[in-house]
Amino acid sequence: MVKVVFTDHAGSEQSVEVATGVSIMEAAVSNGISGIDADCGGSCSCATCHVYVDKAWLGKLDAMNPDEDAMLGLSTDRQDNSRLSCQIRLRDELDGIAVTTPEFQF
Amino acid sequence: MSNHTCIVVGASHAGTTLALQLRREGWEGPIILISEESELPYHRPPLSKELLAGAKTLDEIRLRPAKLFDDNNVELRLNTRVESIDRSNKTVQLADGAILPYAKLALCTGASVRLLPGSERFDNVFTIRNAADIEAFRPLAREGSRVVIVGGGYIGLEAAAVLRKMGLHVTVIEAASRVLERVTSEVLSAYMTQLHGSKGVEIVTDTLVQELRGESSVELVVCADGSEYPADFVIAGIGVIPNTRLAEQAGLATERGILVDENAQSTDADIYAAGDCTRHPSALYKRPLLLESVQNATDQSRVAAANICGKPTAYDAVPWFWSDQYEIKLQMVGISEGFDELAVRGNPEVGAEGGFAVFYLKEGVVIAADCVGRPKEFMVAKKLVGQRVAVAVDRLADESVEAAALIA
Repeated sequence: MVKVVFTDHAGSEQSVEVATGVSIMEAAVSNGISGIDADCGGSCSCATCHVYVDKAWLGKLDAMNPDEDAMLGLSTDRQDNSRLSCQIRLRDELDGIAVTTPEFQF
Repeated sequence: MSNHTCIVVGASHAGTTLALQLRREGWEGPIILISEESELPYHRPPLSKELLAGAKTLDEIRLRPAKLFDDNNVELRLNTRVESIDRSNKTVQLADGAILPYAKLALCTGASVRLLPGSERFDNVFTIRNAADIEAFRPLAREGSRVVIVGGGYIGLEAAAVLRKMGLHVTVIEAASRVLERVTSEVLSAYMTQLHGSKGVEIVTDTLVQELRGESSVELVVCADGSEYPADFVIAGIGVIPNTRLAEQAGLATERGILVDENAQSTDADIYAAGDCTRHPSALYKRPLLLESVQNATDQSRVAAANICGKPTAYDAVPWFWSDQYEIKLQMVGISEGFDELAVRGNPEVGAEGGFAVFYLKEGVVIAADCVGRPKEFMVAKKLVGQRVAVAVDRLADESVEAAALIA
């Protein structure tokens, strides 16, 4: 099991434990975390699962694929630590990863 | 005694989103989510893609785990059909005769597939709407077998792509002069035809199916022009009809869709509706729209939930859609119907590098876009359409202008 800590835009925190192999988006949706819509179900088609990854964890993530980068594109909400949570698969090394959800999805 | 129950009829994308969102918006009373299906709610788009391909199981495409309904105290009633609504007493009657009172009612009844006339008597004519539909024809979807798909819309083409990859002989028969005619321009239709042709799918247009021939199983699909196509099985992807029966019987206004206002409210102040079954006024397009999409189902449901909880919210989201076929990612924004100009950015040829985007304009304003392998243009187009931005056609087509600069 891997722990993920979600913090919403107002600062309230919620931790969930999920199996390795699922995405951060799936961890959020299956636990009813608000702020992640994930309308397309994880096919990198909608950009409604945007999160900010705690900078301490950024280095452990695989690089973004070009589609994800393009989808995050030019949003004014985009920061250096923006990712689409459907594209981050949870591995043992990511146990405890912390992400913040934006106030509004794209 | 007053009742504080909200009943949600239909538990697909719209109903599931709506029921859970009610809790987030602060609904304190009981929430009953009613589904005719025996399955825990699931994503429908993967039915014609990953589920059919066997890349995902039904349990991997659930909308939400069962536990989440429990955690939110949403009572999910499967295998349950609502027979009628009694608006004066504010109750619904179930098929087993039970009567449930409601304070607010939300209709998320979706749409039903159109059937090919005369197809009911055959055991090998299928449609794609429910998970069970896929399992019904899966045993016939064997390498080397022949499938005739009637209808060259998104469902038909997605199924064609997957079945072709599985090694079937696939023929798509379309009545109109080109595939996707109802939803897109000749540019994308031509591209999709070329793409499917390059993969070995036979696409026949301007052809009307006249007869399904066979004993208990269809063996031959006979068309009006006399052409014949042998088939081991047939899939009909010829559109859907919004499920308005309950609303109509209850005397709510309908017009090929349950009529709702921008708050997702029907003509009864205590009854809301969301998703494929509705027709809503679009501020963006200045006409009533019936949208058959996940985006509409989820966004309109969130609006309905907020309004049910007494938080006035208007639905004004930009429509968007997606489709995955072979290795191609298609993303669409807006409704192109009525465009008077278009701009093609990139090369719309199969095999050309870098994908392409088609922007549609009306009176100089971008109203829609189709993007093939162009996620950046898709995100830009969402903004252009939502903000009703006027952009010169030359500029849209000019690749030396960065996509991002189009909204500057």
